Amino acid sequence: MPGKKVSLFVTCLVDQFYPEIGEATVKLLRHLEFEVDFPGEQTCCGQVALNGGYHSHAVAVARRFVEVFRDSEVIVAPSGSCVTTVFTHYPELLRESPELKDEVESLRNRTFELSQYLVDVMGVENIGSTLPQPTRVAYHDCCHALRDLGVARQPRQLLQAVDGLELVEMTDSTNCCGFGGTFSVKYPEISMAILNEKLGHVESSGADVLTAVDASCLMHMGGAMRRQSMKARPMHIAELLASGLPGGMNA
Amino acid sequence: MPSIRTKEFTPRASEAINNPTIQKSLDRLANFRQGRTDSIEEFGQERWDEHTKRAKEIKQETLGHLDHYLDMLSTNVERAGGKVFFAHDTQEANEYVAGVARANSVKTVIKSKSMVSEEMGVADYLEGMDIEPVETDLGEYIIQLAKEAPYHIIAPALHKSKEEVSELFQRVLGTPAESDITALAGIARKVLREKFLQADMGMTGANFGVAEAGTIVMVTNEGNGRMSSSLPRVHVATMGMERVIPRLSDLATFLPLLTRSATGQRITSYVAFATGPKRRNEEDGPEEFHLVILDNGRSKMLADPQLREALYCIRCGACLNACPVYSKVGGHAYGWVYPGPIGAVVTPSILGIPIAKDLPFASTLCGACKEVCPLDIDIPRMLLKLRSDATEGPAGTRKPDRIESMMMRGWRMIVSSPRMFGLAGKVASILQWPLSRNKFMRRLPPPLSGWTKSRDFPTVSAKPFHARWSAMALPSEKGDKDGK
Repeated sequence: MPGKKVSLFVTCLVDQFYPEIGEATVKLLRHLEFEVDFPGEQTCCGQVALNGGYHSHAVAVARRFVEVFRDSEVIVAPSGSCVTTVFTHYPELLRESPELKDEVESLRNRTFELSQYLVDVMGVENIGSTLPQPTRVAYHDCCHALRDLGVARQPRQLLQAVDGLELVEMTDSTNCCGFGGTFSVKYPEISMAILNEKLGHVESSGADVLTAVDASCLMHMGGAMRRQSMKARPMHIAELLASGLPGGMNA
Repeated sequence: MPSIRTKEFTPRASEAINNPTIQKSLDRLANFRQGRTDSIEEFGQERWDEHTKRAKEIKQETLGHLDHYLDMLSTNVERAGGKVFFAHDTQEANEYVAGVARANSVKTVIKSKSMVSEEMGVADYLEGMDIEPVETDLGEYIIQLAKEAPYHIIAPALHKSKEEVSELFQRVLGTPAESDITALAGIARKVLREKFLQADMGMTGANFGVAEAGTIVMVTNEGNGRMSSSLPRVHVATMGMERVIPRLSDLATFLPLLTRSATGQRITSYVAFATGPKRRNEEDGPEEFHLVILDNGRSKMLADPQLREALYCIRCGACLNACPVYSKVGGHAYGWVYPGPIGAVVTPSILGIPIAKDLPFASTLCGACKEVCPLDIDIPRMLLKLRSDATEGPAGTRKPDRIESMMMRGWRMIVSSPRMFGLAGKVASILQWPLSRNKFMRRLPPPLSGWTKSRDFPTVSAKPFHARWSAMALPSEKGDKDGK
């Protein structure tokens, strides 16, 4: 894929809380000889407002996103959830802007979650990563990636191809972790009841690393794993894949 | 109408989460889930998807011409000798039922399971007139004795253990303690047999009302729908106005979708058809047949293009079984007749958002409900619409949270430029300093305190990605639009 140009949408959460995931994504893409571009005007896709019922704010932020990525050929994000906002919700959010209809349609079809892009669009089977030590990894299916984008096989394929990585399937990997954006803060007790069931499955899978395509779900699960001093540690798939590339995590 | 306790969502959810017996009962939802999965596998996914597509088309067609099909149903019920009453709301529906009961000097009414009759609260209404209503579905009978609302659309007593049922029977019926489920069912059966023979009137729901035939269809596993509709002198059926389907042949599409989604059965033990009262040359069957067709807010949903799809629901309960929230908080937390994801759409749509505001927000929007829905109803999208009505909708539907609204206005300003975005991150990284240890915070002030009660929260990075990019960018990748 030499010279193939990709615009990175790093997402607001990764930008502010997990910039290393952004760095890992860039490293991965460059390793595969993509030319990475980072439109500096980007901030957020608007999911926060959409999720909370602040439709008018979500519309404004979505319009902005369309402008920022207007000239990008392909947009790749280390998140299934933010891509879902564009893919599933932008057509409806921007319904009142008929002049953007064609542009939104085109945008939603060239915006991809990282593993989805690599496997489905570019046909990558093996990124050539070798982990420094044998690691058992459980993959959690993030809801939006799974149900809106059909991302399930793609990340598993990339993970399985990593040397030194043993992919284990945990029970009910497709069950929600109980995050749900504002839900986790508004209904913490319900959110935790759902999460604790999930963590039980993580534990019994015997995994050293819990990975997923969304930093938000990992922030949620990881926050409780840390509080409960669990053995497994959360790691975004981009970081996990990049950690086995030459030069380790230092791009 | 039955009591409305939608405002107690959070405390009642908490009660369920902290009750081990209830949690154990909710674990049984896994059987429903497995049953559904196996059943669809047997049916064939492709064939299943075709059925879903066809069912959607039929619903679109029917709801697009609802007046036409209701008129056809009504004409054909009357042609078969029955009477049809269109009730604008539950009050009108109850008054009509009461009128029929009065005219026939009814003392006992046997009921088979019907969500619309729950919506009407007709049992309480009849009791208020000194008429004894008796639920004849075993689960419904149990919760009637316990004076509770149904816990699940198809399994009303899902939350009760056999020990609790035994205790309940001892207390109310005076029967001896019994730990065997079959024996418990035997006790109920014995009591109910008497009631079946005694009753002057039978009430049933209708899973489908077939317009071309004037026929109502009842899907049950206990045969009580058939008994309730054929033994007593008078049969009153209630149905929501969206339950009409055009043709008998449409049942071939809907029945497998319903039973396989609900319990995983190929078909239920009984599928009963009732067309009017008994004919002149027939010996069995009711002398009178009444069909009450209820609106109660459904027209309003029909008129709203974003909510109309909720009227496609065939009440299989699959979305409840699949829902991570329902699976923890159970049915009573939802506070009205319809629990779970579909309830979170229907309840605020019928009762109004201000009194049921929790319901559309108490969802992770995981989409499991849509995934299992045999009609492919986009419940998450409707929950988002109801959320937006709650925060920004017209006066009357709106119930915004003022502090949150302010925060969201601030958020919008922050994300409207990378400069503001970077600045906000900087401010946060300074403010978080006293609370953070090893890049995590264990305690945060409200509204984030709900998170940190049991989860650590990450700190904002001192050097966000925007700032890191310039160091990472290769010369060839540095364009005009790069972060500065």
